[in-house]
Amino acid sequence: MKLTLKIWRQENAKAKGRFETYKLDHISPDCSFLEMLDILNEQLVNDPIQLPVDTIAFDHDCREGICGMCSLYINGRPHGPEQGTTVCQLHMRRFNDGDTITIEPWRAGPFPVIKDLMVDRHAFDKIIQAGGFTSVSTGGVPDANAIPVRKEDADLAMDAAACIGCGACVASCKNASAMLFVAAKVSQLALLPQGKVEARERVHAMVAKMDELGFGNCTNTYACEAECPKNISVENIARMNREYFSASLTKAERKQSSGGVG
Amino acid sequence: MSKTVVKLSSLSKKYLMAFAGLFLVSFLLVHLGINLFILPIAPDHEAIFGEAVHFMTTNPLIKIMEVVLFGGFILHAVLGVILQLQNWKARPVGYAVAQKSKVYSPFSRYMIHTGIIIFIFLAIHFMNFYFVKLGWSVAPEGAHTVNGNHDFYHMALNLFSNPFYSVLYIVLILGLGFHLHHAFQSAFQSLGINHPTYTPVIQAIGTVYTVVVTLGFMSIPLYFLLA
Amino acid sequence: MTKLNAKIPAGPLAAKWTEYKTHQKLVNPANKRKLDVIVVGTGLAGAAAAASFGEMGFKVKVFCIQDSPRRAHSIAAQGGINAAKNYPNDGDSIYRLFYDTIKGGDYRAREANVYRLAEVSNNIIDQCVAQGVPFAREYSGYLDNRSFGGAQVSRTFYARGQTGQQLLLGAYGALSKEIGRGHVELFHRHEMLDLVLIDGRARGIVARNVVTGELERFAAHAVVLATGGYGNVYFLSTNAMNSNGSAAWRAYKRGAFFANPAFVQIHPTCIPVHGDYQSKLTLMSESLRNDGRIWVPKNKEDAEKIRKGQLKPTQIAESDRDYYLERRYPAFGNLVPRDVASRAAKERCDAGFGVGNTGLAVYLDFAESIERLGRSVIEARYGNLFQMYEKIVDENPYETPMMIYPAVHYTMGGLWVDYELQTTIPGLFAAGEANFSDHGANRLGASALMQGLADGYFVLPYTIQNYLADQISVPRFKTDTPEFAEAERNVRNQIDKLLSVKGKQSVDTFHRRLGQIMWDNVGMGRNEAGLRQAITRIQELRAEFWKDVKVAGSATGVNQELEKALRLIDYLELGELMARDALLRNESCGGHFREEFQTEEGEALRDDANYKYVAAWEYQGESEPVKHIEKLDYEFIEVKTRNYKS
Repeated sequence: MKLTLKIWRQENAKAKGRFETYKLDHISPDCSFLEMLDILNEQLVNDPIQLPVDTIAFDHDCREGICGMCSLYINGRPHGPEQGTTVCQLHMRRFNDGDTITIEPWRAGPFPVIKDLMVDRHAFDKIIQAGGFTSVSTGGVPDANAIPVRKEDADLAMDAAACIGCGACVASCKNASAMLFVAAKVSQLALLPQGKVEARERVHAMVAKMDELGFGNCTNTYACEAECPKNISVENIARMNREYFSASLTKAERKQSSGGVG
Repeated sequence: MSKTVVKLSSLSKKYLMAFAGLFLVSFLLVHLGINLFILPIAPDHEAIFGEAVHFMTTNPLIKIMEVVLFGGFILHAVLGVILQLQNWKARPVGYAVAQKSKVYSPFSRYMIHTGIIIFIFLAIHFMNFYFVKLGWSVAPEGAHTVNGNHDFYHMALNLFSNPFYSVLYIVLILGLGFHLHHAFQSAFQSLGINHPTYTPVIQAIGTVYTVVVTLGFMSIPLYFLLA
Repeated sequence: MTKLNAKIPAGPLAAKWTEYKTHQKLVNPANKRKLDVIVVGTGLAGAAAAASFGEMGFKVKVFCIQDSPRRAHSIAAQGGINAAKNYPNDGDSIYRLFYDTIKGGDYRAREANVYRLAEVSNNIIDQCVAQGVPFAREYSGYLDNRSFGGAQVSRTFYARGQTGQQLLLGAYGALSKEIGRGHVELFHRHEMLDLVLIDGRARGIVARNVVTGELERFAAHAVVLATGGYGNVYFLSTNAMNSNGSAAWRAYKRGAFFANPAFVQIHPTCIPVHGDYQSKLTLMSESLRNDGRIWVPKNKEDAEKIRKGQLKPTQIAESDRDYYLERRYPAFGNLVPRDVASRAAKERCDAGFGVGNTGLAVYLDFAESIERLGRSVIEARYGNLFQMYEKIVDENPYETPMMIYPAVHYTMGGLWVDYELQTTIPGLFAAGEANFSDHGANRLGASALMQGLADGYFVLPYTIQNYLADQISVPRFKTDTPEFAEAERNVRNQIDKLLSVKGKQSVDTFHRRLGQIMWDNVGMGRNEAGLRQAITRIQELRAEFWKDVKVAGSATGVNQELEKALRLIDYLELGELMARDALLRNESCGGHFREEFQTEEGEALRDDANYKYVAAWEYQGESEPVKHIEKLDYEFIEVKTRNYKS
């Protein structure tokens, strides 16, 4: 395959970026998208004239669709054209010979570009740190079978827990909203008796952190669901809306007893 | 007020948006029901229209609801603008290639735009009708005051007889329709109502509602254009 | 030889851990605040340890190379986690889990450690459930179990095909809680590049901030390495791209012994290499072998035609197929253990019968099962795997046989640790895949997750106190000492040297070449000549690397080429040690198969009289490393020959 690539290049967070155009030839359709970028980088390194050339920086790690590290916005879609797939599992056979492919980094205020196609998603860690856990310490817990959990609830919790934290939801949202990410964690823990204990405090703390970090508001367009590589449903957002609502109604009651998550 | 509104969490803003929106949605249905009597759909349609208008303008309960309606509308509009400004701020650098992700309603991308269209529509609407009622502006020729009541029927006839106005009305109503198509199901989602069985029903009702309201309002100028 | 003291507590096997905990030294809460601990790595072992230390009150600094602790490669584990809960009432017990693990490791693991692992396995499940890990459940609401290789009981807990992910996210949640509370400080996008010793004790690290390129110094009273395995020395493996052996290797060069580097697990069912641009390999669950039949063409001509694309596998007549596992191992057939299946595939491909465009693949055929059970049954059992295969290979496994080939998966070897998980450097601990301790020469399925979490949640929080109890009067360290300066200089020189070579070959070119040497000679089948050759060739490659490598970019800012180059420096040395270790182990055991030492039927021939030991290597600078021996005494278990025939 012959390809023309338009790739966002940006020296560092402060530098002004620009698109550069690269030509690639003899790309096998069986090659993965990231391997195609490897080949391009190899080509840049092997350029006999220049030194030091700078390779194109992009995040990637497990390359089997589970770590959530890869993050490329390809031709207008996060993780490219294939539904339910991360970039690392996207193959070049999804493109045509002679195609021009535009690759951009995730764009969102809370995800600043570090270099080229690499962004800083530490904001997601901060949201989890605000309350995305059960406040249990190691040891001193009851037997695993002491608390039965409805199978349906466990399955729904697992559906939500499948989130890989890649940020495609934010990247695809016209408002750069992180609702699907936050809702997935809130839902998972709200569905399980282990997480219910502090469900109210959790949802408030996580939403407050999400707002504080400058993510946009959810306007229910559902692009996040369409682009989620793990097909996480917006039903989770609705569940979080319910959780937050009922938690807000009991807010006064809670103010008397201090503490909570964090 | 706006300061407190800005300070509300993103979710609280959404609840208010949804509540206010759903209230406006229900009001539209009532409004349409009355408007349709401008058309000769019943032998005494003119009288029924007049009576309905009379009821709407004099009933004390409706008077109270009118305040709520205005409040709801202003809240919805102000929140809409605040949310939109925050959303634009959340993505300071945009994409070079436009977003191609699948969305539930293609109109969901343009809520602020259709919202502005509705706002313009309302401004015109108010100048034509509500301000007359308040006595801020003069009723056009041919629309008399009957028994101390404004003759909204003839005011409407007067306006729709102008083809430019009718065409403008249709265009603006289309904007309203696009707004509603996304808004209806969105309000339920914001309030946390999403269920694999019931949500498709809600979405279907939303689509039917949108089509009925849009075509309903459009039918009046269309009638006058074709007649 | 006397240098290695495993510090195994006295007493009967089942009482050792209790005995240890009863008599170990503790640190009181007020003093814990005064003690700093560095944890490098945020996989199951690292995240669990850092979270637990934070809860206990220590001041913790935790490091990960990715943008978030949640990306660690523990996340990719699919199958499950073992525990001796005996929920299904099928006869499991702590002893049985211990026994299966020792036997699975081909009697090359330490009894006391493995027993402790089995003992705490149950606590892990309790802990994870309390964290909200959504394990699979039955309709009763209680936890579901499934069976896994190497065991006669169902003791594997799982969360769909993403058990590793869910366990890691549980540990990540616990870690995040402690970060939020200010007990743990997170340094993401930081890569440890040297260990700092002060007066012979581990007292800090030098890490490179991969965003700015700056070298940063961090001091602590103790250092824990939970940095995973070194499978990427082979270039192609099922490990993540950023998984590397550098932290462990640099600790080795500072004096920590490296144990059993030759013990590498090669998994038989991976999606084969499809081109020379391949960057990594993807594992397909071993369970596929329950219903798939493995074969290659009987005639070389057919194999050649398939490779050229002139013939399709479905066109090969039944009589022209060689179901070589069924032929060679009639008793076990396609279900022979991992190492046997892997070696047999390699043997066929080396002999010229391999398929796929590279000739390095064999078929895993479901046609017969689909005919016998119906497509829907196969779909229910393996649907998601078939889908994943189709996504990658673009062939429909319901219609044409799957292609598989073995791939490097896990390294049993690692830093030598005693019963307390302490290395030979006082104050330096190693946990998870980074240490060597629990899996002997071969790891059983669903045991890696168990070990990582056991080390992090339930072993280190105790044993590290025993060490730190002596340190309460030691004030916090400053990082402006000569030791830190020396370590930083050491790293800086290396970076400068790399960038100044300005040669012609890229980092990946060298890595691929190293991988090829390792795969050919220190892979599934090893022999003396090959290993000797590997040592020479790696030395030559290393010399060539330092003359001709081309590292793009500069030392400041993000430079992924430089990151790769720094790791490759270590692989080029580690690879040699692996070959050396393999060369001196004149027996076959577990993942280490020496072709000279096999039975007539091709089975591994263990030599318990001479090699029932752990080989621990000590770095000697430019000179050859010294091998130390820790004899393995089996007091509570009878050492037998593994038998797959009946």
